[in-house]
Amino acid sequence: MPSLDQQTFKLKELQSLKGHTDRVWSLAWNPASGSNGVPAILASCSGDKTVRIWQQRTPSSTSFHCKAVLEDRHDRTVRSCAWSPSGKQLATASFDATTAIWEEIGDEFECVSTLEGHENEVKSVSWNASGSLLATCSRDKCVWIWEVLPGNEFDCISVLTGHTQDVKMVQWHPTVDVLFSCSYDNTIKVWAEDGDSDDWRCVQTLSESNSGHTSTVWALSFNVTGDKMVTCSDDLTIKVWGVDIIRLQSGDVNASWCHLCTMSGYHDRTIFSVHWSREGIIATGAADDAIRLFVESEDHSVDGPSYKLLLKKEKAHTMDINSVQWSPTGNMLLASASDDATIKIWKLESMR
Amino acid sequence: MSPALINANPVVYEKKERPVRTRPGDAAFDEYATELIDQLEDPEHPYSLEELKVITEDAVEVDDKRSYVRVTFTPTVEHCSMATIIGLCLRVKLMRSLPSRFKVDIKVAPGTHATEDAVNKQLNDKERVAAALENPNLVDMVDECLTPSFE
Repeated sequence: MPSLDQQTFKLKELQSLKGHTDRVWSLAWNPASGSNGVPAILASCSGDKTVRIWQQRTPSSTSFHCKAVLEDRHDRTVRSCAWSPSGKQLATASFDATTAIWEEIGDEFECVSTLEGHENEVKSVSWNASGSLLATCSRDKCVWIWEVLPGNEFDCISVLTGHTQDVKMVQWHPTVDVLFSCSYDNTIKVWAEDGDSDDWRCVQTLSESNSGHTSTVWALSFNVTGDKMVTCSDDLTIKVWGVDIIRLQSGDVNASWCHLCTMSGYHDRTIFSVHWSREGIIATGAADDAIRLFVESEDHSVDGPSYKLLLKKEKAHTMDINSVQWSPTGNMLLASASDDATIKIWKLESMR
Repeated sequence: MSPALINANPVVYEKKERPVRTRPGDAAFDEYATELIDQLEDPEHPYSLEELKVITEDAVEVDDKRSYVRVTFTPTVEHCSMATIIGLCLRVKLMRSLPSRFKVDIKVAPGTHATEDAVNKQLNDKERVAAALENPNLVDMVDECLTPSFE
């Protein structure tokens, strides 16, 4: 079986999901769905102030229908959504400065909790691997960490300052409780709990001086093992970073991330989203309406890993792409969300 | 918003006679885009932005084939805090008037503003613009700037 970088692929459009009446900002696949006979579930959030839940009609069909519309809760754009690891709860972050927690009760989704505290627009929300912690970030330059308690209680345990501008996204590491944030200040910050004092602090900043980005960093994503991370930016590049994962997993929060590779010259407009699949394919969604896929190249003539463009899908949407997300079930399904108010489901197929 | 005008005595230039463009494809859109911009009012003054030399025709680049528009504008005063508002008005006007396939970049003319990089970054951050346009006070101000005044 030839390696990924030796095969030719095409991205086949399976379905276009319509319903939102304004741009779709973010997508999240429910991690407890899409396998073992459970139909796949996808959440989307929009400038129309609603969140939509889409479900596959049957586990084997690829046809999604809109199962629910979560409305009348946020009174401004819903910018980001994230499922808890158990798949039982959905957190939605809004420009209205709140984060709502939803649960499916019977046939309906109900808002079971509201997290307040940010001074202005909340841009992103992320659950840690065990579902015990939640992180949010905002234009107020802060990152908040919340502890998930029984009875749908969420207690703020830390307000992290350090970014000098709008924080665009937060993402927990897939295996250890280390938090990452990226910002309009062009940096990526790594936050961890200080062993002794239980205080959360910034343990590393990836800036221009350590081969970092030279403009707003919009998103970050980890590979399945968590030893690599990819970031995307308004500077038209995506960068891959690596860490000594053994050190990190042994509890050394100071295990530092270093720059491995910069992919430049592939994008000519802002890259809003990047997502690393379990099989190792990096997908990007950009402001030129295109989806691009990258894989690690088997070419070992350079120091360290290098990545090559696997395919470019031009005009994937008719407007900017804001989010690309691989389905977690390893069936090569990719979802994309756009300013054109649609979500598209794609299948990556190998051409023989 | 402070009622005192920041730039009480702007220099007013005569409207430039528009030369006939011969480039096919681009010409119609160049004129179209410029006319839209013509209708804008400087938030502080009733003259159109072109009359105040905030936008000149050369500073509107249109590439129809690539669905791309770039507007470069000169704020009337170097420290003009209204630069962001003017830029936002331009963006809204173009957003409302051009087909959705167009990608628009709005920049302050190099060397004409003290914090041009900061202003440019904000004006071209789609998420910041979207959030700003959800602020009713800001939208009212923009709408007022975009309403042509009848002399």
